[in-house]
Amino acid sequence: MSKPLALYGASDGPSATSGARTLPSRTAFSADRRAFAEMLIAWTLAGPAIFFLLVLFFLPVIGVFVIALTDWQFGARSLSFVGLTNFREVFADAGFRTSLFNTVIYALIVVPGTVVFGLLIALLIESGKSCRSFYRAIHFLPFMATLTAMAIAWGTLLHPTIGLVNQTLAAMALPTANWLGQENTALPVLAVIGIWQNLGYAMVLFLSGLKSIPQDLYDAADVDGADLWFDRLRTVTLPMLGPVSMFVVVVVALRAFESFDTVKVLTQGGPGHASEVLLYTLYRESFEYLRTGYGAAIAVVFLIIVVTLTLVQARVMDRKVHYQ
Amino acid sequence: MASVLIDSIQKNYGVTSVLRGVSLSIADGEFLTLLGPSGCGKSTLLRILAGLEVQDAGSVTIGERVVDGLRPKRRDVAMVFQSYALYPHMTVASNIALPLRMRKLSAVRRLPLLGRLLPGTTQVAGEIDEEVTRTAKSLGIGHLLVRKPGQLSGGQRQRVAVGRAMVRNPAIFLMDEPLSNLDAKLRVQMRAEIKELHQGLGVTFVYVTHDQAEAMTLSDRVAVMIDGELLQVAPPQDIYADPDDRRVAEFIGSPKINMLDGVVRERGLIDVAGATLTIETDARPGAALTLGIRPEAFHLADHGGQGSLTGSVRMIEHMGSDLFVHLDLAGIDHPLIVRLLAERAPYITPGQTLHVGVRPDRVLLFARDGRRLRRDAESDWTSVTPFREVAR
Repeated sequence: MSKPLALYGASDGPSATSGARTLPSRTAFSADRRAFAEMLIAWTLAGPAIFFLLVLFFLPVIGVFVIALTDWQFGARSLSFVGLTNFREVFADAGFRTSLFNTVIYALIVVPGTVVFGLLIALLIESGKSCRSFYRAIHFLPFMATLTAMAIAWGTLLHPTIGLVNQTLAAMALPTANWLGQENTALPVLAVIGIWQNLGYAMVLFLSGLKSIPQDLYDAADVDGADLWFDRLRTVTLPMLGPVSMFVVVVVALRAFESFDTVKVLTQGGPGHASEVLLYTLYRESFEYLRTGYGAAIAVVFLIIVVTLTLVQARVMDRKVHYQ
Repeated sequence: MASVLIDSIQKNYGVTSVLRGVSLSIADGEFLTLLGPSGCGKSTLLRILAGLEVQDAGSVTIGERVVDGLRPKRRDVAMVFQSYALYPHMTVASNIALPLRMRKLSAVRRLPLLGRLLPGTTQVAGEIDEEVTRTAKSLGIGHLLVRKPGQLSGGQRQRVAVGRAMVRNPAIFLMDEPLSNLDAKLRVQMRAEIKELHQGLGVTFVYVTHDQAEAMTLSDRVAVMIDGELLQVAPPQDIYADPDDRRVAEFIGSPKINMLDGVVRERGLIDVAGATLTIETDARPGAALTLGIRPEAFHLADHGGQGSLTGSVRMIEHMGSDLFVHLDLAGIDHPLIVRLLAERAPYITPGQTLHVGVRPDRVLLFARDGRRLRRDAESDWTSVTPFREVAR
């Protein structure tokens, strides 16, 4: 996203300037007037983008920061500044700490799970000759589907008595569970659904990464004696997928931190606080308990985490070129 | 060190036939170049030699061993790729060491931490390091061992690729257009280094290129391949001066050889481009031939008439010591290219009428189907059909 923007920014400026300079001097403009005209054009062109960035992005963010410093309740006509009280309260709150902990656990299951299985499926698809696009499509479908609807389907599958999962387990004489209703299974099951949902995305990224590995490297590995699957994987495939893998890790981590739909639809953070995650806590404090100031403080914490991950991602994207 | 015997190799991709029964024998220690335009199948042949592709028919023998069906690493060959194919995440040292590690260390010993703990691993690893350092020094890249390929210039990468190939003393060096990613100046320099490398190592080199200058300067013998067939295998000077086939004559030489259609008038006389040349041939009167004349086989003549060609100068290219003069001849749609010494022909201007003579012994005669017609080869001329029969 930022690349084309930067590109245009970088190339438009100089070319516009040089274009103006090469204008024949018979134009009556003085240097000052020409500079003014240029500035006017620049603001006219950049104006709409700056306006929307301000209105849709920077102002809301600043708004959240400001609200986080107040005791404002949604719909209230008055508010007063309370300084960092909200933040102190957030970090003192056991509920928030559980929520943060749950989110981290959720991410720690979803990220490795998605990366490992995404890579595995990508390798399997790439190694086979037939039905490649079919396999690609069916694995990518969950990522394209509306997660809320999929969550309802998962809820039905995981129903304690009539759900297909438990019925299958019972038919095979395996122990069943109230997957979403038990404290010890609710979060892991949500994480599995998270893996299921992100798998296709990771797979597509890995597939493109695999495609960009030059065949020459595999040939060289063959001639050099690294021709068993394990050696090929270690000598060529995995190292060459390094940059892509880092990218997948960061993107999936971001998505894991943003998980909300499945929690809202399936568990509402329960049982107890067993599946309460950051975004759900934020939603509940802000829109159910209407403690908007407190919710804004959580939003600020959330924002810091997400921005940190994004910065890591940006650095990873820069490092991508180091293999060239 | 080993000789190579390639016997009736065929390779098809679907309905496209890439190699049509190629047979070739390469002597121990020889530098053989497979030369041909892109898509002629030369790289495929090299990859079949390496074991990276499997032929549909035919067999390959390296040394005394038939290697069909053997994996590349069992064939004792090393290969330098056009893209160098260096492992970008490894240092130069690790790149060069990889073939040795794969051969000298078992899979367990190659494990990152565990391997070091096994008795003997450190010693073998030390030997490998020594070997790598020695190889790198001999190629002048000793100071680059800790760098990664991305930090190297084209020429340095090329050397690393050569180092990785030579470090384990292979019986045969296979090189797939190793110089084509370098700029012109570096290419000439690396060409000389490859020649020295071959002389120093004395092992068999099979070198693939589409660049005739590389083929001519490097090789003991050149194998010219066009459309999946080997047309001629001969030392460079013979490929140039004594081609077996019209396509070989046309592929080798820059500027391209002039090809003129002619008809035998009577014994020793051939009508061509409105003139008559005195050329001994055994072909019967009336036979249709093609005359191949290299640009440098011409000389300026004082007047027209028998034994010389007359045309008007279309264009002159100054090459320093030489001039390439493009002559428009009556009845021929492409210009005749004549190479003259610059000091002998200072006065030539476009539009001028020029007479050029040709040394009869420098004229190559080809049948209309492309075969070379040699005077002493009896079978050649008897099969030449009179012009009327091949008339289109």
